[in-house]
Amino acid sequence: MSKPKFKNPVVNWIDYRLPIFTFMNHELNEYPTPKNLNYFWNFGSLAGITLVIMIVTGIVLSMNYTAHIDYAFDSVERIMRDVNHGWLLRYIHMNGASFFFIVVYIHIFRGLYYGSYKAPREILWILGVLILLLMMATAFMGYVLPWGQMSFWGATVITNLFSAIPLVGESIVTWLWGGFSVDNPTLNRFFSLHFVLPFVIVGVVILHLVALHRFGSNNPIGIDVKGKQDTIPFHPYYTIKDLFGLSVFATIFAAAVFFFPNFMGHPDNYIPANPMVTPAHIVPEWYFLPFYAILRAIPDKLGGVLFMFGAIMVLFVLPWLDKSSVRSSQFRPLYKLFFWFLVIDCIALGYLGAMPAEGIYVVLSRLATAYYFFHFLIILPLLPKIESTRPLPVSISTPIITTSSNASTVMAMREKK
Amino acid sequence: MRFSKLVLYFLILFNFFLSKLALSAGKAIEYPDKNWSFSSIFGTFDKASAQRGFQVYKEVCAGCHGMRLISYRNLAALGYNQDELKAIASQFEITDGPNDDGEFFTRPGRPSDKFASPYPNKKAAIAANGGAYPPDLSLIIKARPNGANYLHALLSGYVEPPKNMKVPEGMYYNKFYSGNLIAMPQPLYEDGIEYLDGTKASPDQMAIDVTTFLAWASEPELEERKQLGITVILFLIVFSILSYFSMRQIWAPIKNKN
Repeated sequence: MSKPKFKNPVVNWIDYRLPIFTFMNHELNEYPTPKNLNYFWNFGSLAGITLVIMIVTGIVLSMNYTAHIDYAFDSVERIMRDVNHGWLLRYIHMNGASFFFIVVYIHIFRGLYYGSYKAPREILWILGVLILLLMMATAFMGYVLPWGQMSFWGATVITNLFSAIPLVGESIVTWLWGGFSVDNPTLNRFFSLHFVLPFVIVGVVILHLVALHRFGSNNPIGIDVKGKQDTIPFHPYYTIKDLFGLSVFATIFAAAVFFFPNFMGHPDNYIPANPMVTPAHIVPEWYFLPFYAILRAIPDKLGGVLFMFGAIMVLFVLPWLDKSSVRSSQFRPLYKLFFWFLVIDCIALGYLGAMPAEGIYVVLSRLATAYYFFHFLIILPLLPKIESTRPLPVSISTPIITTSSNASTVMAMREKK
Repeated sequence: MRFSKLVLYFLILFNFFLSKLALSAGKAIEYPDKNWSFSSIFGTFDKASAQRGFQVYKEVCAGCHGMRLISYRNLAALGYNQDELKAIASQFEITDGPNDDGEFFTRPGRPSDKFASPYPNKKAAIAANGGAYPPDLSLIIKARPNGANYLHALLSGYVEPPKNMKVPEGMYYNKFYSGNLIAMPQPLYEDGIEYLDGTKASPDQMAIDVTTFLAWASEPELEERKQLGITVILFLIVFSILSYFSMRQIWAPIKNKN
């Protein structure tokens, strides 16, 4: 054994045989991180912590839940009324889903704004989109479990989407349901999948972190780390910053859980599922509304389904749609403008998804859907051809250069690339 | 400052979703806003009102509406003691069984029993009410948008129908019900019941009391939740401030170098 790394001899003994402490020291303590990260870089760790909160509360809830159409609703109410602090567990889990999506959506738009998906972080980005897809499947199936009216009818509407597949659609839906309608077998399998998928998410999150630590975090000015002077160790600088971010996040989260626990839910889900009574408006949870708007904007059922999934699929190929070599929007005036258009477009889609599919809302949904795809498929590939980017700084440690002589050297450097 | 900007963005985003939800939920009929004792963040249930509300439920609503998720023992939260709970429960006939002879039998209720249901099953309830099922009231306040104001308005919304409107047999006009035609006849009349505590039983008073009772039944955890919430949030605010200044101190050498 060469020079012992750790003070504690037991730790050293173990680390020599299983270098887990070296690994942790390397990835969580000395891990070099750009020193200019802003608060938008807090949302990755927040998402990870929220995932852990969801898994812990979910496991305890599952100990008291009964996955049967005759008992599911009442077992949830038993958790709310008779299980010690069951209401707290359930409200944390219920609101946790919404907050998970809030955090992840901010995390994604952070990546879009600062070009975090660009080389060499394409796989990191793709794994992230995969996590989003898994989260959506998990959230959808979780919403079915309380077996209220929206659970049942949401499940009916969403599973029916698969019937749009030509020839085999109907058979696929029957196969998904385990019968000829959403019924007990459907609830059983959704519970099973809702339990297991979060652990799949954990697996993909680990890959996401492995890919992240290969090149380290992107940063607000989007240029590569040039040397030691550009980075600081993760601990204590970003551990304390993440802790501060977490405490602010937890305060807002707690406000929702304790004072407005049902604000993001739908009252109809406190009515037990009834296959004979359809609710007046079937609306999904708010985090699905933009996709729901895209689905309804297309007059053809199969087309709607394809466009809805296409809205996610386009994110998978985003690193190859945006060909600009400059990452951060700070140096891309046109991209920055279009980024904000996209944000407004997504919010508009969310609003339209909550509105009834009639009159002006249909027209607006179609325009917003068209613009969403126009942004990714037309604007992004064309933008580098017409955009003149601002000169990049030499390094993270060097203040942004303003003199023309410096600017020309940077331009020359960029040409070489 | 950078951070305040971030919080602002976050709040704008959050606020957007909330307002959107409120929009999609509340565009129907406007209900008069009653200042409920339980609606503020420090809110608690007015126990005297909830006890009167239980009396309204027992003497008026329970003829048709069940509350299958509530047990008599739960009423302890409204301030009844054990003897009173036993007395309340024993007023009801509960079907139990099968006994050792395989027979079902009735016995007086116990505090551990769920509220006695007015009908043996859902079909019987529908048949007895002209095809309309009187919904279970255990969760009614949570199961309707703006539940407390809605229920209070509905109970007070029986007025003369407009001249040109024909009200079909078995239906009643209610200005706060969506579609205005409801299968439930007007339940609350002046002095329809005699309050045990001597309060004047005006229809509005009864509507307020029964709404308070049903709000408690929907969210029995509300008081504990809000009290715990205040403690948790105060702790988190202090923790946020401490971690903020710890962060400032740890980052000071890095910031000063720039």
